Amino acid sequence: MSVFAIAPALPLHAAGKYVAGAYIVFLALVLIYVAIMASRLARTERDLAELQRDVLAQRQSAADDPHRTGREREPVA
Amino acid sequence: MTTYGRGLRGLSLATVVVITGALALVFFYAPLDANQGFIQKIFYIHVPLAITALCGFVFGGVLAVIHLRTGDRKWDIRSYVAIHMALIFGIGTLLTGTIWAKASWGHWWVWSDPTLTSFLIVMLLFATYQPLRFSIEDPERQSRYASVFAIVAGAFVPLNFLAVRLAQAYVHPRVLTLTGGNLPGPMRLTFLISLIGVALLYTTLWKYEMAAKATRMQVRALRRTLLGEDSVSPLKRSAAPS
Repeated sequence: MSVFAIAPALPLHAAGKYVAGAYIVFLALVLIYVAIMASRLARTERDLAELQRDVLAQRQSAADDPHRTGREREPVA
Repeated sequence: MTTYGRGLRGLSLATVVVITGALALVFFYAPLDANQGFIQKIFYIHVPLAITALCGFVFGGVLAVIHLRTGDRKWDIRSYVAIHMALIFGIGTLLTGTIWAKASWGHWWVWSDPTLTSFLIVMLLFATYQPLRFSIEDPERQSRYASVFAIVAGAFVPLNFLAVRLAQAYVHPRVLTLTGGNLPGPMRLTFLISLIGVALLYTTLWKYEMAAKATRMQVRALRRTLLGEDSVSPLKRSAAPS
């Protein structure tokens, strides 16, 4: 038997707004959480990009300056 | 990818599928309750949220026990995230519960109901977890004290649940009991699928949060290794473990 064949009709009386409210609260909580996590992910990506830039700059300066010690000229990756 | 990121995609997909299925069952399959009518549909989100939140608090306590036994900070982070997620689910429980109370009893809150009041007490207890962590600056002491708190508060949850179950004068509906309760088959199936969906959501968000924390820590450790200790700015005081 199809699930939908025995489904009762959705009544649109006063209770509807409360039920909708409860499920919207649930959905809103999940969405707010996902939005916060998305902003944190963006921050982590920024940190990673900044780290890549700093590592490249350090490599560049090590290559440009021949008087640096061997330890400083070691490849970083 | 961190350890926590493994399997996250599959878990997320499973969560979406089960929650979508649960919503379809709630609105198109489960029959209307003879007494409460359409309002009873709130039950399928409110109760799974409550059960998952309470289990999350206990889970946080169990992880805190492992932290104190092993001394490994990763268990403190896991415990922190478990309690953090349970608090979010608890807020969802309170909000959906008050909506149901207003629709069913005509009041947003009924102080004489032991279930409502006890859940609020549990929430207020765990609401002090983050301020407690924030009040302790030393990370080692912070994690140790927080674990002790998580264990004591986590043990309070089942005791509180038992006390409420034993209370006689209640108005809260009792549809789930050890002897099977009084949910008819289609309602029981819908409830179980909803419970599985919400539990999966909790697990997914827990793993997601852990993966995010582990990634941030790895970026910081990588910076320290590649560019030296001076390149890393000192951590600000925080309730979150670092």
